[in-house]
Amino acid sequence: MLLSIKNLHASINGKEILKGVNLEVNKGEVHAIMGPNGTGKSTLASVIAGRDVFEVTEGTVLYKGKNLLALPVEARASEGIFLGFQYPVEIPGVSMNNFMRTAVNEQRKYKGLDPLPSGEFLRLMEEKKKMVEITAKLANRSVNEGFSGGEKKKNEIFQMAMLEPTLSILDETDSGLDIDALRIVANGVNKLRSPENATVVITHYQRLLDYIVPDFVHVLFEGKIVKSGGKELALELEEKGYEWIKDAVI
Amino acid sequence: MSTDQNNIINEVTNSEYKYGFVTDIEMDQAPMGLSEDTVRFISAKKNEPEFMLEFRLKAYRKWLEMEEPTWAHLHHPPINYQDIIFYAAPKAKKELASLDEVDPQLIETFNKLGISLEEQKKLSGVAVDAVIDSVSVKTTFTETLSKYGIIFCSFSEAVQNHPDLVKKYMGSVVPYSDNYFATLNSAVFSDGSFCFIPKGVRCPIELSTYFRINAANTGQFERTLIVAEEGAYVSYMEGCTAPQRDENQLHAAIVEIVALQDAEVKYSTVQNWYPGNKKGEGGIYNFVTKRGICKGSNSKISWTQVETGSAITWKYPSVILLGDNSVGEFYSVAVTNNYQQADTGSKMIHLGKNTKSTIISKGISAGFSNNSYRGLVKISKNATNSRNYSQCDSLLMGDKCGAHTWPYIRTENSSSIVEHEATTSKISEDQLFYCQQRGISTESAIGLIVNGYAKEVLNKLPMEFAVEAQKLLSISLEGSVG
Repeated sequence: MLLSIKNLHASINGKEILKGVNLEVNKGEVHAIMGPNGTGKSTLASVIAGRDVFEVTEGTVLYKGKNLLALPVEARASEGIFLGFQYPVEIPGVSMNNFMRTAVNEQRKYKGLDPLPSGEFLRLMEEKKKMVEITAKLANRSVNEGFSGGEKKKNEIFQMAMLEPTLSILDETDSGLDIDALRIVANGVNKLRSPENATVVITHYQRLLDYIVPDFVHVLFEGKIVKSGGKELALELEEKGYEWIKDAVI
Repeated sequence: MSTDQNNIINEVTNSEYKYGFVTDIEMDQAPMGLSEDTVRFISAKKNEPEFMLEFRLKAYRKWLEMEEPTWAHLHHPPINYQDIIFYAAPKAKKELASLDEVDPQLIETFNKLGISLEEQKKLSGVAVDAVIDSVSVKTTFTETLSKYGIIFCSFSEAVQNHPDLVKKYMGSVVPYSDNYFATLNSAVFSDGSFCFIPKGVRCPIELSTYFRINAANTGQFERTLIVAEEGAYVSYMEGCTAPQRDENQLHAAIVEIVALQDAEVKYSTVQNWYPGNKKGEGGIYNFVTKRGICKGSNSKISWTQVETGSAITWKYPSVILLGDNSVGEFYSVAVTNNYQQADTGSKMIHLGKNTKSTIISKGISAGFSNNSYRGLVKISKNATNSRNYSQCDSLLMGDKCGAHTWPYIRTENSSSIVEHEATTSKISEDQLFYCQQRGISTESAIGLIVNGYAKEVLNKLPMEFAVEAQKLLSISLEGSVG
C-alpha cells in the first residue's frame, strides 16, 4: 500500500477541519476526491504535503510504510510526493530553469545521486515541455510570474513531469481552465500514469474525470470521507448534487 | 548552482561569524581619546609632510565646532570619542620587499582572511594592497602596474612618494568640512588606498583592498583616493571583514573618486563587517562618505555594493555629474537582519548637460532590523536634457522588520526626465512552501528567492565578487524565516 490514512484529524488556528479521514491508495491507482466547498479537500492535500500551518491532532499517515507525519516538507517531496497547487504562487526573479534545476538536483541529492549534468537537464526540460505542450517562452520566465490561470496549471503538470513523483495530489487542477487547457492538463496527467505511481485528483466537477478516469471516487464531507465508490459515483453526484450525500449521511 | 547551495547549507548550519578571531600582534597605539595631540601623534608616526599635518589640524579644529547629524533613521547610544584609540599600527619592519619579510603572524592573518599574497593571487591577476588596522604592510604588483604608469599603493605611501598628486586631489571631492564624520576622518585618517591611472591607460587588472580592524576600541578611519585621468579606466574592488567584538567599533571612512574627460571608474564593494549578535549587541558602526566627481565630459563612475554587515550603516555613495554627457550609476543590495540598522542610498547631482544617472537599490530586511533608503536626485538649472532612473525595492522577511524610503527629487529645469519606481514585497510562507514542496530546502529556497530579487545588482559585480556576494546574501539571512 502506498498511502494509508487512518482517522486523520487536523486543525488550523484551533478549528478542526479534518475529523477522522480514512483513505487507502495503492500504486497504479487514480483516486478522485470530491465534495462541497469548505469541506476539507485542500486541507487534506496540504496536510499530506506537510504544510505546518495545519496541526495534526490525531491519526496516522503511512507512506511507503513510513510515518509521513514525521518528515519535513522537503523530505516528503523527495520521497516522491507532489502537490499540484490550486493557486500556484509567483516567485519573481527566479527563472523556471533555475527553479527546476534546484528542485531536481536537491531531490537527487536526497537519494544519494549526483546532480544532473547541464546538458541532460536541458534535454529533460525540452522533453517534458513537449509532453505538456508548453512553449519555450514559459520556461524562461520567472516562476508563474505573469502566467494566466491556465498557464499556471500547465506549469504544475510540467513540474510533475520533471519530478516524476510516486504520489501526486492534484488540488482542483481543473479550476479556471477552458476546454483546451483542460484537455492538455489531463493528457499530461494521463501520460504520467504508471503502475508504479498513484494520483489523487481533488475536484468539484465531474468533467475532469471524463478525461482522467478514476479507479475510485470518494466524497469528503464535513471533514470525513462519507462515501466511496467507482467512477459511477461521480456521475451520480453530478446528477443528484451534494444535497443527496448530506441526506444520505445524516 | 547546486554545489554552491550545498556549501551554503553547510556554512549556514555551522554558522558562527566565521571571520571572528584576533591577531595577537603588539600594536603601536595612540593613547585613548582625541585631542590635537592625537592628531599630531598620528601625523608624526607617519612622518607626514607639513601640508598633511595642516590639513588634519584644520579638520580637527572644524570638527570641534560640529555636531553629529541626527536626521538619519538610526538609533544608537552616544559615541564616546574619548573612549576610542585613533591609531594602531602593527610593529613590523619598515621596508618589506617580499613576503619573507612580513611578520609571519600577519601572513597567518592574511591566510585566515582568505587573502593569499602568493602566486595563486598573482595568477588570477588581482593586485592586493592589504591593510592591517591602520598601516599598509604589503603592496603587490607595484612593479607590474608601474609599467603602465599606474600608481597603486597605500595612501600613506602616496603622501610620501606622490605628495603633489595627493595635494591636488585630496579633499577635492569630499572637502574636509563636508560632514561630521568626513571631518573626523580628515583629522585622523590612518590609511587606505591611493590609485592613479594616467591618461589613456586602461588598468589591465581588477584592483582590490582588504581591511581589518584588529585592536579593541580602534577606530577605522580609512581614506581612499582614486584618480582616472583623461580616457583612463579602472575597476576597483573593496571587501571588508572584521573580528567578533563586544564593544561597538567606529568606522568612518572616506572614498574620493575623480574621473576626468572620457575616463571611467568602477568601484565595487562587498561589505560584511561584524553586524552584532542576534540580540543586537556589538557590531561595527559604519559612517562612510563616498563620492565621485565626473569632472570631464563623457566620464563615468559606477558604484556597486553588496552590504550585509555592520550594526549601523550610514552611507551614500554619490556622483557629481559635472562634465557634459557624464554618467553616474549606483547599484546596491543592502541586507539587514536581527537588529541591524541601515540608512543608505545615493546622491546624483546633475550639473552638466545631457548627464545620466541610474540608481537601483534593493533593500532586504529581516529579523527586527530597519533598512532605509535615502536618495537625492538633483538636476540643476544648467543640466539640460538630463535623465535619471531610480528604482528602489524593499523585500521584507517576516513581520518585525522595517523598510523605509526617503527619495528626494529636485529639478531646476524642464528639459530633463526623472523617473522613480518603488516596490515593497515579502517572501511569503506560500512561496517558501511551494519551493519546499518541490524538494527544495528552506535555506536554498531563501537563497533562490533573494538572489533572484537581487539579480539585477549582482550582475554588475566583477566575477570575483559575484559568487562571494551570492553566498553572503544567503548566509546573512539564515534563520530569518520560521
